[in-house]
Amino acid sequence: MARIYIFKRFERFWHWAQAALIILMLLTGFEIHGTYALFGWEKAVNLHTTAAWTLIGLWLFAIFWHFTTGEWKQYVPTTKNIVAVMAYYSVGIFTGVPHPFRITQLSKHNPLQRLAYLMVKMFINPLIWVSGLLYLYYNNLGASKIAGIAGVKLGSIALVHTAAAFMMLAFLIGHAYLVTTGHTPLAHIKAMITGWEDLDEPWSEPPTDGARAQGTSAS
Amino acid sequence: MSTRYRNRQAASLRFDALFLLGAALFAGATYAGESPAPPVKLSSTSDHTKFKALQRDFNSGPEVTKACLTCHTEASKQLHLTQHWTWEFLNPDGQRLGKKHVINNFCTSVASNYASCTTCHIGYGWKDDKFDFKSEVNVDCLICHDSTGNYRKQPGLAGNVVTKPMEFPPGSGNMVKPIDLKKIAQAVAKTSRDNCGACHFFGGGGDGVKHGDMDSSLASPDKALDVHMDATGNNFACATCHMTEGHQVPGSRYAPTAQDKGGAHLRGKEYTTNPTTCQSCHGQAPHKANAKLNHHTDKVACQACHIPAYARGGVPTKMSWDWSTAGRMGADGKPLIRKDAKCRVHYTAAKGDFVLGENVVPDYMWFNGKVKYTLFGDKVEKSGQPTRINHFEGSAEDGKSLIWPVKIMRGKQAYDPVNKSLVVLHMAGNDDTAFWTNFNWERAVATGMASVGAPFSGKVDFLETESTWPITHMVAPAKSALRCGDCHTSGGRLEKVPGIYIPGRGSDHASWLDAAGWAIAALTLLGVLGHGLGRVVVSRRKK
Repeated sequence: MARIYIFKRFERFWHWAQAALIILMLLTGFEIHGTYALFGWEKAVNLHTTAAWTLIGLWLFAIFWHFTTGEWKQYVPTTKNIVAVMAYYSVGIFTGVPHPFRITQLSKHNPLQRLAYLMVKMFINPLIWVSGLLYLYYNNLGASKIAGIAGVKLGSIALVHTAAAFMMLAFLIGHAYLVTTGHTPLAHIKAMITGWEDLDEPWSEPPTDGARAQGTSAS
Repeated sequence: MSTRYRNRQAASLRFDALFLLGAALFAGATYAGESPAPPVKLSSTSDHTKFKALQRDFNSGPEVTKACLTCHTEASKQLHLTQHWTWEFLNPDGQRLGKKHVINNFCTSVASNYASCTTCHIGYGWKDDKFDFKSEVNVDCLICHDSTGNYRKQPGLAGNVVTKPMEFPPGSGNMVKPIDLKKIAQAVAKTSRDNCGACHFFGGGGDGVKHGDMDSSLASPDKALDVHMDATGNNFACATCHMTEGHQVPGSRYAPTAQDKGGAHLRGKEYTTNPTTCQSCHGQAPHKANAKLNHHTDKVACQACHIPAYARGGVPTKMSWDWSTAGRMGADGKPLIRKDAKCRVHYTAAKGDFVLGENVVPDYMWFNGKVKYTLFGDKVEKSGQPTRINHFEGSAEDGKSLIWPVKIMRGKQAYDPVNKSLVVLHMAGNDDTAFWTNFNWERAVATGMASVGAPFSGKVDFLETESTWPITHMVAPAKSALRCGDCHTSGGRLEKVPGIYIPGRGSDHASWLDAAGWAIAALTLLGVLGHGLGRVVVSRRKK
């Protein structure tokens, strides 16, 4: 079976570190919110804050990586094939039709993934970061010269932060499930661990650039 | 520097240290037996035993004061200006307050009971409303400056002291020995916790009764009870915080500072702000290890976290007092007294029922430093809510309030239901109208009201009342302060404090958001599980 090297080392590290941090922050965040007691409130706050700063640091590296490698283009939304992909997940996956999207190194996300990840990166994450930093520095906001910032209520900040957390939770659930929809249930997760994605049918298209040739040649 | 040289230097240092140690031991052995007692280092330049004016016998308190005034010429004039002397305080809003005027829900009022209540006045002879507040010799120096612990004022003597053997209480056959005023006068000192405590620990008619954060356990507290007054540690006197100048003691609860935005007071600078606040020493950002805690100081008074409970020293405080049940006689025909399992009195015929509390978790409320009183003469009525004898003003929004720990004292006390007025009670006295002698409410109120020239309908009923007391003493060591989770939770200590978003407190949640959020998460989960189940079913069929 053909294999393709699709997730580079930093990308995998970034993904899994981010996954762990986000899960930890969901766990601690909802404890801080008052939904349950798990770590103890004080510890939950400390873990949540430390995880937040760690993730901010990781994100700075990730942003740098996206722009220096050009990987940001993977998230440019496209409507091409989007109906076919939607049809696949709602019908074709049950009838045994092959996935309409072909993974390449230049385009490793299907149009639905592109949209979903873009949504996380451009909407949910900024919402969390901005509300989270305001939450963290709430006591310093009063000194701000901008009336809109100085007068913001902690309850409003918390409301936005919690709403964003719910969005992230819903994304996490969907994402964790869709991982199992590869040609075998563990195929995608394996790819995110090793970097190599199995192609569920023999490679038929001729390689169009050096990078792809290099990727497939190792299989 | 060469290695050899460095080694030699190190060796020489070691030698020096050994030599010094040896020399010290040797010196100790030589001089231990012979050296005279080291001279006592006095903090005062005066030895009062050497003063001629004090080398005589005194027959009364005022005689001592007269002697004091021969040197301390202006002392009484200073005292005359203090609340300790006048028992009066003019509230910024115009209300006339102070012991002399307010009616509380403990022993209720000073008026009509002077001779008993003025046992705790810093003067001699305030037995009725004719007391001369200009008298210099009637200022009692010793109640605050006695260092022997032998200075006592017997109740009922209008603040006078016993200088000849006397029967007390009269007719009891119990003889009280006179006190040695000469010895006491020669041993005067700066005020200690015992001096202040002689009155302030016993407010409300007994040890710990009134305040909850002040009782006799603070005479010699350990660190756990009070980190500042810790007798074997910091050992603060009251005046260490209540920095007194010209006998004016700052930090009265009549004029509290609810929020001190200033920094720690430095030497050499003039301050007009209250020196008794925590901030006047600790500043605005005292938490070094966890800076997040400093983010609380704009909303929460230091006391709220650092006094986890009051009445922690083993002395209970009164939490409620029901006068309406007073006056019951036992089977023997004598005034009834009831005690609980710990032998603590919770009923007396003289006072009615009380509920005692120890290690009490305070109530918490916004407080901006303004206290409003319901005074004698104000209209009071029975309603669903207790009448507030006093209440703290403040809110989350006024920018002047902090969340303070308080003791709420609940009472049920006599009032005139026809004139809708609190009443002056004649509690104590050797006459047949005093309540504590004859247990008759109508006669006690009639005498009390007549003593202040107020009308009385002849009817007595009982009114539910509430009073609020700041909790500010019994500061625990940092390790015993509240933890985050004590307030950042549902049903926590600040559950009822309005107007502020407290992370973790369920009542602050936007319930629609939580409902929608969990619904979306649950639907997503259901959706993917359904999808997955479909895939499993389909793949089984294929096989």
